[in-house]
Amino acid sequence: MLRRSFLRTTALAAVASIAMLGAAHAENPILKIGFVGVTSGPAAAWGTSNQRSMETRAAWINETGGYDIGGTKYDIEIVSFDDQKDPKRAIAGMEQMAQAGIHYVVGPNVDDGAAAVRPVAEQNDIMYFPYAFPKELYTAPASNAILGMVANYQSGPAIYKYLMENNGVKKVAFVAGNESDPLSQRDSGAAAARELGLEVVSDSVTYQMDTTDFTPVLLPVIQTAPDLLVLSGVSPANAPQLIRSARELGYTGLISTETAQNAAVLAEGAGELANGFISVGGASTPDLASDMMKEFVTRYTAMFGEYNDESNTKVYALEYILATMAANPAAIEDIDAFKATMDTFEAPNPFMVGDAKLKYVGSSSFGQKRQVSVPLVVNVYKDGAFETLFVAQVD
Amino acid sequence: MEQILANGLYLGAQYALIALGLTLIFSLMNVLNFAHGQMYVFGGFVTYTVVAQWGLPFIVGLMASAIILAVMGALIEVFLFRPVIRKSKRDESTMLLAAGIAFFLDAVILLVFGEKQRGVPKIVDGVFNWDMRIIMPYDRILIGVLAVALIAGFIALMQYSKTGRAMRALAQDRMAAQLMGVDVDRYSMIGFALGAMLAGLVGGLLVTITGINLGMGGPTSIKAFLMIMIGGAGVISGAIAGGFILGMMESVGLTVLAAYGDITYLVIFASLMVFLAFRPQGLMGKPWG
Repeated sequence: MLRRSFLRTTALAAVASIAMLGAAHAENPILKIGFVGVTSGPAAAWGTSNQRSMETRAAWINETGGYDIGGTKYDIEIVSFDDQKDPKRAIAGMEQMAQAGIHYVVGPNVDDGAAAVRPVAEQNDIMYFPYAFPKELYTAPASNAILGMVANYQSGPAIYKYLMENNGVKKVAFVAGNESDPLSQRDSGAAAARELGLEVVSDSVTYQMDTTDFTPVLLPVIQTAPDLLVLSGVSPANAPQLIRSARELGYTGLISTETAQNAAVLAEGAGELANGFISVGGASTPDLASDMMKEFVTRYTAMFGEYNDESNTKVYALEYILATMAANPAAIEDIDAFKATMDTFEAPNPFMVGDAKLKYVGSSSFGQKRQVSVPLVVNVYKDGAFETLFVAQVD
Repeated sequence: MEQILANGLYLGAQYALIALGLTLIFSLMNVLNFAHGQMYVFGGFVTYTVVAQWGLPFIVGLMASAIILAVMGALIEVFLFRPVIRKSKRDESTMLLAAGIAFFLDAVILLVFGEKQRGVPKIVDGVFNWDMRIIMPYDRILIGVLAVALIAGFIALMQYSKTGRAMRALAQDRMAAQLMGVDVDRYSMIGFALGAMLAGLVGGLLVTITGINLGMGGPTSIKAFLMIMIGGAGVISGAIAGGFILGMMESVGLTVLAAYGDITYLVIFASLMVFLAFRPQGLMGKPWG
């Protein structure tokens, strides 16, 4: 009798708990944020780190009661679309976002995809945050795209100048994959290097993105004996192999890139040969990461099994969208309100120690504030982890 | 020049090994296995998991890749290709099936192994340097030697074993082989398993050098098709010749044409089109000469 009563009470309590949980969830309206980017194929790491960063942060927000916008707590739902790095699919993805009534989309990850979705975004009142560098996306009359990271034409000169002053770099060589993003990054990087007074000893060597042996690719580059070898727009998949081949060919100079990389991938692919490799990162080096950033990394790792250092930069886009809406709740449905708020928006940067701010920048590069202000953290790889080389701000 | 030749030979050895599995399956079953590259990637990830994740010796990883891919190949042949070949006389049915398997394996690899580039630490340290004329890391030399040894072992198997003779008979004339008592189903399965195993072995070997990632399957298949088109589809010696020719062309092109941008593969494809216009059956002609 006692046992039956206990079971009944337990069952009732369980049903009541589930009902209350459901009720608690039902209390919060859903705010949908989109992601259109590449999560399959050779460049899957770029988009996957975006999507997982957003999903990690959304789950965290929902778990802790929702995001407060104008006194209302919203649960965040991430709606994702894999564009497979194909501009046609990126357009389809953006149309799908429009049909779902979504006004804020993170992505696409590459230049041609970002350019392709522009008409769809503008016709359907969508603000989007590409990880692509063409200036025409961010300069007037364009106004719906917001650059989600630091562009190579902003980080490149800063890195070259630092290495000229601190390491005596005089000769630089560029090597790039034969795709639009790496090639445009190579061209702008070489132009910036020349402007700084560096001698560009090689900038014509390119490689197929599916290259598996970089020794023949790098042989003519290494023969020009550069002080600095720049891997323009290099993907995390190719970086370790390029570094390894360069070192195995006897190259002892500096190697750098303006893209974000992953320490674990470098460790596995190049081992100690990657020591000294310079790349652009985010805010997860121990000396820069706030407690919130550390918790983000912990939650991401728990959710997906392994952290991706590229997310140090990609954690920001969703935070900017939500924080800007919090600053002006009308922006939830009205992107003009969002745009108006961007000019004056400022909030504490929760992912960095110190008094870093979230704010929109880009006036000097684009003539209008169409870029998120993420710290330009230049990292150097050493023994399986990144160390901060220097920190700068764009704009 | 010595460096270019050394690079070409190294590339050729690994390419030839990739092409062997593909040409074996084609010769036995007249199937263009579009999933060959994905099998290569799968093999690489298996070795990575065993060596880098579980900390076991490299040879164990390599054996695991070989066994898992052989089993996968056998299952694919028995449960997918065999019924399709039995029910459909149209070649495109097996081509579509192979393409479907490629997409399926891509999705499985993404789910099981993730999207990141993976690599296994160098199995041998140090670099061979002959007076700056040839620079070649020892691990590449080892992998090149292993690739050549595997090719030699495969040729010996095909030439001198009962299984090899049966498969050669099948490739030459399927009907005649059947009439002579060759168990077609059994040797088709063994051939497919062997082809898949070779793909897995190359993936396992190269994960120490080039690493592995989700996107390498498609381009690997394309290169393998290039090689067997050069050498002649379904011919073992043709696959080996095609592999070494492609490796050498790539090495020479990347050095000689470097100043003109990334036109090496443009030149290779253009040369192949001209070559096939004159010799559509490739260098070595039809299956098994």
